[in-house]
Amino acid sequence: MAEHSPAVVVTARSQPTQELAQAVNWKVQRLFRRSLQVRAVDAGSCNGCEWELVAALNAIYDLQRLGVDIVASPRHADALLVTGMVTRNLELALLRTFEATPHPKLVIAVGACAGTGCVFRGSYAVHPGVGEVLPVDVYIPGCPPTPGAILQGLLVAMGRLEPPARRQEFVE
Amino acid sequence: MSNKLSEVINTLRRLEGPLQVSAGPEQVTVVTAAPALAQVCAQVAQACDARLATSVGCDERLLGRGFQVYFVFAADRAGAFITVQAELDENAPVFPSLTARLPAANWHEREMHDLLGFLPQGHPDLRPLVLHPGWPKGFFPLRKDAQLPPSPFQVAGDLDMPGVTGQGVYQLPVGPIHAGVIEPGHFRFFLDGEQILSLEAQLFYVHRGAEKLIEGRTPALALPVVERLCATCSASHAIGFCQAVEALSGVEIPPRARHLRTLYLELERLYNHLGDMGNICAGLSYHLGNYLGASSKEALVSLNAELTGHRYLMGVAALGGVRADLPGHAPERIRTVLAQAYRDLQELLSGITTSPSVLDRLENTGRLSREVALELALVGPAARASGVDRDARRDHPYLAYSDLKLLVPLRSAGDVYSRLMVRADEAQVSMDLVNQLLRTLPAGPVRTDVPPLPPRRQALSWIESPRGESVHWVQGGNDGTIYRYRLRSASYQNWPAVPQAVLGNIVPDFPLVNKSFELCYSCTDR
Repeated sequence: MAEHSPAVVVTARSQPTQELAQAVNWKVQRLFRRSLQVRAVDAGSCNGCEWELVAALNAIYDLQRLGVDIVASPRHADALLVTGMVTRNLELALLRTFEATPHPKLVIAVGACAGTGCVFRGSYAVHPGVGEVLPVDVYIPGCPPTPGAILQGLLVAMGRLEPPARRQEFVE
Repeated sequence: MSNKLSEVINTLRRLEGPLQVSAGPEQVTVVTAAPALAQVCAQVAQACDARLATSVGCDERLLGRGFQVYFVFAADRAGAFITVQAELDENAPVFPSLTARLPAANWHEREMHDLLGFLPQGHPDLRPLVLHPGWPKGFFPLRKDAQLPPSPFQVAGDLDMPGVTGQGVYQLPVGPIHAGVIEPGHFRFFLDGEQILSLEAQLFYVHRGAEKLIEGRTPALALPVVERLCATCSASHAIGFCQAVEALSGVEIPPRARHLRTLYLELERLYNHLGDMGNICAGLSYHLGNYLGASSKEALVSLNAELTGHRYLMGVAALGGVRADLPGHAPERIRTVLAQAYRDLQELLSGITTSPSVLDRLENTGRLSREVALELALVGPAARASGVDRDARRDHPYLAYSDLKLLVPLRSAGDVYSRLMVRADEAQVSMDLVNQLLRTLPAGPVRTDVPPLPPRRQALSWIESPRGESVHWVQGGNDGTIYRYRLRSASYQNWPAVPQAVLGNIVPDFPLVNKSFELCYSCTDR
């Protein structure tokens, strides 16, 4: 595996726009042959990030229409969405999930806890963020990040897999 | 002091044993010796018709008092909380276990054993609960002198699960990481064919050590942690915590703040109940119901964002009131969104009640008897679906609830259908409460000043969260900071009921039964 390039922090937006949705769809079509499979792992979240991810799949945001889906097994996943600061009780299970995900894989840290540990930083029971345990590609800030911010994060994450010469960042 | 409360005190004074009874408003404290603890607790529960509400183990050595245990009982009919307190020996912190007499004490005692190193003698199952196997031996985080060893360690975490054995019995391990977008927990089914003979659950994967983290902080700095213990109970927990701090400091919040807090609590209940009904539909693969519930929830959390700036109501509560007043157009917006939510709910209900294939999955699935619900001291919709008439908003009124007309819906079958319908009925009651609140919203300020915490005293507060009564216990230290905080969330109290409710059901119904309780892992694990 090539050396891990430094992680990107996404500048979050609150509501997904039509342009953003189209850009996600375009990248999914081109880079992932029409389907980006994502596995979500709760590594110590307050469940807020989970509910926002579930909201991204509801009839209003409908992530699936863009070719993005949440899969049941890490073995089917192109990307891991990790929420929470990584609790000690869950550390091993998270590492096993990461190992079970085939290469090339993206790790997306969702939410403030996954970024820095948020208000739980310094507790005996947690690590200060996913970056302490796994090589993170993209950080999506927010407490919790809205469905729009998660969409934006997926777009940036997919861009990491493009060859640098062909990399085109989404511009509004 | 009410007649009922003096009756409780008189009953307690008549109990045998080395007791010291003292009373404050709505609260009674019984001090006893550690060896008599189990007996006194059982007597209190029986004589006062009280259930176990919470428990706290506390290392009060820095307050000059040694190790203490507090078991708090709620006498719902008398509207009182009774605390039984005992001091433990510093060198051998042992007390007789309550679990054999009061099964609801099971987890409470295991937690004290894990986090404080107290030994509940005679406890039938002292396997680790909060700190999974693999944590350093002798590390008791809630002791004041606790220190993690400097060497790095990984928690292996595999809990010994005896379960049941026999010819043809096999085990099905599930989790901790699940197929859906849900919180982590490990379940081990012991099966005969598809039938569940026994279920063992290993939870606390999202234990974040929040109670320890809060120690030594001022209440203002602790609040952001408390409201992030659980996103979907965020307003309940934040307001419950503020209430406990205000009770300790003797602060009365302004009338408008009382109403606004009540309003936020009901808005939280509404989005949870509608979303949860949709989730139950997802558990039985009734997708239309799932979509309706999810869309309705989305409209309600968007309303939250419009009113308060946060979809899950984080940051609404402040010590001494609420952070900000509502925007001017709020009442009209709330009425509009709620009217639509009411229509969504009716559509959802008519879809469920007119579809035989949906009803077939719901009815008689995951039955929990009234006896078990009482024995485990369940709270919230789970208790009310099994015919246990218990609601902190009515039994121990707080905030504006004593001024409101409040119906408590009840069902008796204790199956998934009952738990679904209790939520549906409660959602309608909440809509009515919101309308009552909007009609009677008083004018005035929304926040008042809260003085520093008084030293070495503790206070209790309770909130009927969407999942049932949650109890907060806050104790002040020597310097205006928090010495010990404990949250007993509704989910914590109700979790032990899930393995009971699934007995005799088939594995494919487990997600459905689990979703019908809809318990948070995050505010259980803390």
